[in-house]
Amino acid sequence: MTSIEHKAPRRSLWAKHKIFETNSIVLVIGVLLVVSIGGLVEIAPLFYLKNTIETVQGIRPYTPLELAGRDIFVREGCYNCHSQMIRPLRDEVERYGHYSLAAESVYDKPFQWGSKRTGPDLARVGGKYSDEWQRAHLAEPRAVVPQSIMPGYPFLAKTELAFGEIANELKANRLGGVPYTDEMIAQAESDLKAQATPDHPGQGDLEKRYPKVQSRDFDGDPQRITEADALIAYLQVLGTMVDFKLYDDKANIR
Amino acid sequence: MTAKASPVRQATVGELIGMLIAAACVLPLIVIAALTENSGYAFHAMLGVVAALVGVVLIANRCFDGSVAVEPQEIGGKPNYNFGPVKFATVAAMFWGIAGFTVGLIIALQLAFPDLNFDLPWTNFGRMRPLHTSAVVFAFGGNVLISTSFYVVQRTCRARLAGVLSPWFVVLGYNLFIVIAGTGYLLGITQSKEYAEPEWYADLWLTIVWVVYLLVFLGTVMKRKEPHIYVANWFYLGFILTIAVLHIGNNVAIPVSILSPKSFGLWSGVQDAMFQWWYGHNAVGFFLTAGFLAIVYYFVPKRAERPIYSYRLSIIHFWALIFIYIWAGPHHLHYTALPDWAQTLGMTFSIMLWMPSWGGMINGIMTLSGAWDRLRTDPVLRMMVVSLAFYGMSTFEGPLMSIKAVNGLSHYTDWTIGHVHSGALGWVAYISFGAIYCLVPWLWNRKQLYSLKLVSWHFWVSTLGIVLYISAMWVSGILQGLMWRAYTSLGFLEYSFIETVAAMHPFYVIRAMGGALFLIGALIMAFNLWMTVRSESVAAMPRSDETQAPLAAAV
Repeated sequence: MTSIEHKAPRRSLWAKHKIFETNSIVLVIGVLLVVSIGGLVEIAPLFYLKNTIETVQGIRPYTPLELAGRDIFVREGCYNCHSQMIRPLRDEVERYGHYSLAAESVYDKPFQWGSKRTGPDLARVGGKYSDEWQRAHLAEPRAVVPQSIMPGYPFLAKTELAFGEIANELKANRLGGVPYTDEMIAQAESDLKAQATPDHPGQGDLEKRYPKVQSRDFDGDPQRITEADALIAYLQVLGTMVDFKLYDDKANIR
Repeated sequence: MTAKASPVRQATVGELIGMLIAAACVLPLIVIAALTENSGYAFHAMLGVVAALVGVVLIANRCFDGSVAVEPQEIGGKPNYNFGPVKFATVAAMFWGIAGFTVGLIIALQLAFPDLNFDLPWTNFGRMRPLHTSAVVFAFGGNVLISTSFYVVQRTCRARLAGVLSPWFVVLGYNLFIVIAGTGYLLGITQSKEYAEPEWYADLWLTIVWVVYLLVFLGTVMKRKEPHIYVANWFYLGFILTIAVLHIGNNVAIPVSILSPKSFGLWSGVQDAMFQWWYGHNAVGFFLTAGFLAIVYYFVPKRAERPIYSYRLSIIHFWALIFIYIWAGPHHLHYTALPDWAQTLGMTFSIMLWMPSWGGMINGIMTLSGAWDRLRTDPVLRMMVVSLAFYGMSTFEGPLMSIKAVNGLSHYTDWTIGHVHSGALGWVAYISFGAIYCLVPWLWNRKQLYSLKLVSWHFWVSTLGIVLYISAMWVSGILQGLMWRAYTSLGFLEYSFIETVAAMHPFYVIRAMGGALFLIGALIMAFNLWMTVRSESVAAMPRSDETQAPLAAAV
């Protein structure tokens, strides 16, 4: 039984390690302490250091339709190939626009910064292309961009959007800190329909609740609200909430 | 073989509780399946029903098939090891490995030939890619870790695995989690956090399984007959504990409702990003590194029949590795909206991480001192030593890529993919293959592998595959990174984005060829193992792993 004795000199530091090797609970506690430190130091301050997230005008929670579109973006795994994070490097700013602010993803659960650009960054894709382009591109990417290697998503425009849980989605977001009001939650379904339906009477209220919201028939099929409606509404709002003509980056030096 | 036991017996308290809990799940799950508007979620609920019923039947069957209620801890003064769950996890690892490599090959081909996406929801790259990563990391790697940890902890503690039903619960429950996760991605159920895609209910299930895993492992360590906890078990324990912490921290989420598979995390934006990569990088650090280093610390000395090179080095690099790894997450977020101080901390610790990583490599490779000639004659040992070389290479490349200036070029490109695969294929898969090649003859009581020549073939075919893979990704990654930032003499961006995509095509084809070779290697391995299990048992002879191993550290 004593075959695994380490003959370290007495009182050497190495001999002290024996306590971890002979007592499993001490080893467990030691491991937990050692692995906690890095995470605590790097994560905890992000919640209280005020300069972590810039102060900017214009950021609002997603509308119900945009949120439903975001669900589809997540469901189809778009983040596997498209980042939503423009780095402050010369070529990126010229290619995609102003570098991304932390404030711009403050309501993103989960964040969609991505890790790979098999396709281009989408942080500021909103307004860059027409709805019609987005529709055609989603249905058959190579019809619009011949060298594209993106999968086609023709089924989105054919599938009616399921939004039975949309009010609950807003509620869950609110529990996680997104400032949806009671009114926004109560009106979630009608807001969703209003945004995707041309000349819907609810658009005035929608605009009040979600400033600068874009309401129109996104998928080219006014009869139905499809998954393409939601996804395109989401794509068209990306990166458009902050007006960078008014944004003062000197005020947010960190 | 159980002639002594009476054919039918009373169920034990543990068996009764197990059956009751499983049976109690059935009705609520049926109700959920009936009421939800999400068909994928309904499918998962019904999968849960089937699993619960199978659980009840499996437990009940123990009372009828003559298995004794509680196996003796020792037989004839020797530990009565419990190898059933180990065998299951070993077979599962090989199965999921081949499945995961196949999906990897398919998505590699999709990037080269996009028509292979077939424009269907459940076959597109976006849903298949998480299937690939989860299948290789969690299904293949996870089963390797569970099987080897359950084997090693029993052997090095000279004690039977703790628990009666619980080791089986861990193995079967974990594989149920894999099935829920994988089918979920294809059905569009994901929370989009890389390597943590499963939704809230799968996360809860994994938490339960993982806690039982920890208890079984720790329980076995506690009843050990050896005075010291062997170094492999430190690494296994570090891996199990830290993965529990990471899994919970990164998945704190509020379900939309009990009838919806969807949830929204408690964290958002920049904090969520930091949580995710604290998790993501340490899934690499603890799942894919600490766990597999534990395999090194048992299987390399066993196979080489030499003691571990340095006991002191193993102490230093164990504590340094687990301390430093946790800090390295922010290097996934260089130049993003994460505050600079966090990026700098992440970079600094990532560079420091080079040292403890190489400590592990040196300790593993130098264990062969005095047995270097075995590399010529034993392809299994060769595979394990090459895995350590790949470990050394990718843990040098990692710190290099974590330097902000390098990362500015490499991030978002295929260089990252190449780096990951030199670690995943060269290090994690090779050490796993080596361990499985050792385990199968030991577990099934066979004298040796069916064919060492086939192991050699596996080694060379898959090594060629890895070389094709990673060199293609180096070239494509650096090429695309340079094209993105190329300017004309007039000061305009030289290439449109799509031109940089088109330039990737030849490398994507080469990468797919590399992946195909790697898959062929794994198929050769599966055939070899199958033939080994089919070969004659050597019950009369002492098991090849019975001989006392020179595991004792050289001081």
